[in-house]
Amino acid sequence: MSVQISIPTILRQYTDGARTVPADGDTVGAVIDDLESRHPGLRDRLVEDQSLRRFVNVYVNDEDVRFLDGLATTLGDGDTVTILPAVAGG
Amino acid sequence: MRFDSLLDSLGHTPLVGLPRLSPSPEVRLWAKLEDRNPTGSVKDRPALAMVEAAEADGTLRPGATILEPTSGNTGISLAMAARLKGYRLICVMPENTSAERTQLLRMWGAEVRYSAAAGGSNEAVRVAKGLAEQNPDWVMLYQYGNPANAEAHYRGTGPEILADLPTITHFVAGLGTTGTLMGVGRYLREHVPDIQIVAAEPRYGELVYGLRNLDEGFVPELYDESVLTSRFSVGPADAVRRTRELLEQEGIFAGISTGAILHAALGVAGRAVKAGQRADIAFIVCDGGWKYLSTGAYEGTLDEAEAALEGQLWA
Repeated sequence: MSVQISIPTILRQYTDGARTVPADGDTVGAVIDDLESRHPGLRDRLVEDQSLRRFVNVYVNDEDVRFLDGLATTLGDGDTVTILPAVAGG
Repeated sequence: MRFDSLLDSLGHTPLVGLPRLSPSPEVRLWAKLEDRNPTGSVKDRPALAMVEAAEADGTLRPGATILEPTSGNTGISLAMAARLKGYRLICVMPENTSAERTQLLRMWGAEVRYSAAAGGSNEAVRVAKGLAEQNPDWVMLYQYGNPANAEAHYRGTGPEILADLPTITHFVAGLGTTGTLMGVGRYLREHVPDIQIVAAEPRYGELVYGLRNLDEGFVPELYDESVLTSRFSVGPADAVRRTRELLEQEGIFAGISTGAILHAALGVAGRAVKAGQRADIAFIVCDGGWKYLSTGAYEGTLDEAEAALEGQLWA
């Protein structure tokens, strides 16, 4: 599967400033591994002990993967993956 | 209905059906009109509950100064309550919020201190925490971690919705402090088997996510992931489109965050239709659109409105 990943401003130092980058993989975890091979250092900013870091949110087609299957969430061709830092509302 | 004072009239808001936006007679949408509260927003509930809890436990004494980080609505609710109860209020608010919010806060007598736009409410929280340290006699109610916030919804909003809609299958609300979802969600989970609790989280422009590093991210202390069944991120284009549909098709003039919530509600409605399941989906109308007219969300094309909202804290 090839998907587009949206990268937040604070992580674009790893993607040469690119807002979106392509990656391959059948799951969110596989896609992040593929991202790491293209943009070394990125994985560690997103994942800790096999799960997403506390202040990192990842959405597949706008749905938070923590309520799907987390890093095992499966992806289809053309899906969009959005990475965002957790922010406050209210 | 007669009440002894404005504060006594809080809550007991109408739940109205959406006959045109509901996809079928088996999958129905219901709007909880929280704009029918004293200052016109759902935040009147947690604001009054937090003030009364602080009065009850003695942290808030006559003449005290209240401090609160807020993107607007909680501040406006607190300002009204503080004026009526004789407290001074200082709000720390991000500078990229609508002009109407500042005007309303000042009208009710609150002092507004702005925090930088970059970082959004995270930055307001950080600045307010600093002020609280420097001014130990000020009382920060702190909506993000104050159990009275969620409790107001557990005791009020939740029971009201269940009484009006015993056949409820889904509850959808905005995710900010997480108070509404935690309070109503917990109440409904205790009373309705298999209830789905769905969060709609506003996705802002990049400026708002302009943190210096990921460790500056923020998850409200009230947040308990296990209360939710799903969580959607809704951008300004979808939020504005749904805000307008709600007005055009059902006559409800709501704020932009309500459009984001309706977008998530229509999403789960669509899934119920596909699965051939019946659904009664209740969602929160947080406030009316009045405070957001100056943002540009209510005029011009959808593209123009989306461009106008770039960089603003619209929810």
